[in-house]
Amino acid sequence: MLEKSGVPSGEQLELCMPRPERRRRGAVAVFECFEEIPCDPCYDACKFGAVFPFADINHLPRVDHDRCNGCAACVSHCPGLAIFVVDESWAPGRALLKLPYEFVPLPEVGQLLACYDREGRLVGEGITVRVVRGRPRLGTPVVWVEVHPELAWQVRHVQPVMGGASRERP
Amino acid sequence: MRRVEVAVVGAGPAGLGAALAAASQGAGVLVIDNACRPGGQLVKQTHKFFGSRRQRAGTRGIEIADLLAREAMERGVEMWLDATALGYYPADGVLTVEHLGRFRKVVPRALVIATGASERMLAFPGNDLPGVYGAGAVQTLMNVHGVKPGQRVLMVGAGNIGLIVSYQLIQAGVEVAAVVEAAPRIGGYAVHASKLRRLGVPILVSHSVKAAHGSPVLDTVTTWQVDHRWEGIPGSERDYACDVLCLSVGLSPLTDLMWQAGCDMRYIPELGGYVPTRDREGRTSVPGLWVAGDAGGVEEASSAMATGRLAGLGAARFLGYDAGYEEAAREVLDDLAALRAGPTGAKIRKGLERLQGGTG
Repeated sequence: MLEKSGVPSGEQLELCMPRPERRRRGAVAVFECFEEIPCDPCYDACKFGAVFPFADINHLPRVDHDRCNGCAACVSHCPGLAIFVVDESWAPGRALLKLPYEFVPLPEVGQLLACYDREGRLVGEGITVRVVRGRPRLGTPVVWVEVHPELAWQVRHVQPVMGGASRERP
Repeated sequence: MRRVEVAVVGAGPAGLGAALAAASQGAGVLVIDNACRPGGQLVKQTHKFFGSRRQRAGTRGIEIADLLAREAMERGVEMWLDATALGYYPADGVLTVEHLGRFRKVVPRALVIATGASERMLAFPGNDLPGVYGAGAVQTLMNVHGVKPGQRVLMVGAGNIGLIVSYQLIQAGVEVAAVVEAAPRIGGYAVHASKLRRLGVPILVSHSVKAAHGSPVLDTVTTWQVDHRWEGIPGSERDYACDVLCLSVGLSPLTDLMWQAGCDMRYIPELGGYVPTRDREGRTSVPGLWVAGDAGGVEEASSAMATGRLAGLGAARFLGYDAGYEEAAREVLDDLAALRAGPTGAKIRKGLERLQGGTG
């Protein structure tokens, strides 16, 4: 499926999901990395030892979600833009997503965001909470998006809504 | 006539890797490149690299070009830019070069060929219309010169280059109508495909271009589904309005200098076409001549840097600069083996086996 469509299957997504009790505790990184490619920057990015050392650079990353504090350093480092942080405990009735974002202009804090799923379908709206620019010219900016909790496991891309009017998808 | 210890043709990741390795060992190095700035294809690569820290993973290609070029300067590597290598004559040991409009002769004691690869073309009616581009040209326009190639693009080929260039087009504000791929599966990394899909770009496998239309310039592309023999299925046609058709259908090693030098060449489809036979260092059948990077088989930039380093170490050792050779070569060989170890390296491993086994 993934190799034909570019969209991970439900079973693949199950495999990378943190346990429910860990998810309830707060921000945690979700590695949507399903293909063995020679790549390991997530290991160097994590200062909390949540990514296990790679015995073979082609292995998929193994993550200890209990060591992860959801800081999103890995989100900014991942060359594949395949890591997302989900915080189900952000606020009553609100979840927070930390998404990699490589477009200009960057959203502004407070700005309304159109939210898209893994297939590019518009699934709802969110609010920009923070924008972390990362290392100059190297790091991928990370956008903090507040969404309805139901959207937290769907939304993987956002697009700033200009002047309240919805802009066309890029 | 200019005498040098090591000449390197090509200032891309492989050539700069070779130059740095040879210079670090103590050899005098001259690098020749036909572009006006060093880096080869790296200068248009605005995405971050995969691989590990030693191959500068997580760094964007353009930054790697600058880092390598600066390091080469610090190590005293001489660089001729706007310089085209014209021919190599092993009997006299002469490399002829056109440099800034002048014809010059270089006599290197060791020569590293790191000329990279060239893009393949696809045959279909209308493929000569203005608006039909290779992916390399689109990247050069956008990422080097800051020029949008058009408003709406149809991409042909879902290998890494097709996927990455599609993403960069969207970053530049250009619409990508779809990516079509004749193979039944996406050839590039899944993460690149997923990045495009969440931006709403369809990726159609088992689809290809039937024809391009427009007068005087491209305005419509007809695609169709292809069967398992890659033949078009009548009735499956679909028209896309677009002003750019971008072809990303593979690369072939640029081997002219090695043919002309008389290297033993084999046809290895997994490596992209004809490539020279060589040892693990990249030493070809012509004494004093090494190959590095895509010129010896189409791979990724990370492995090009590694094969470049091996060739540079080998060329330096050939001249007597052999301090720490074994350790340094071992490190690079281990890196290369790791890069090629996974499923994505299977094709390269098979190609190299065929080349070594002499069954090409």
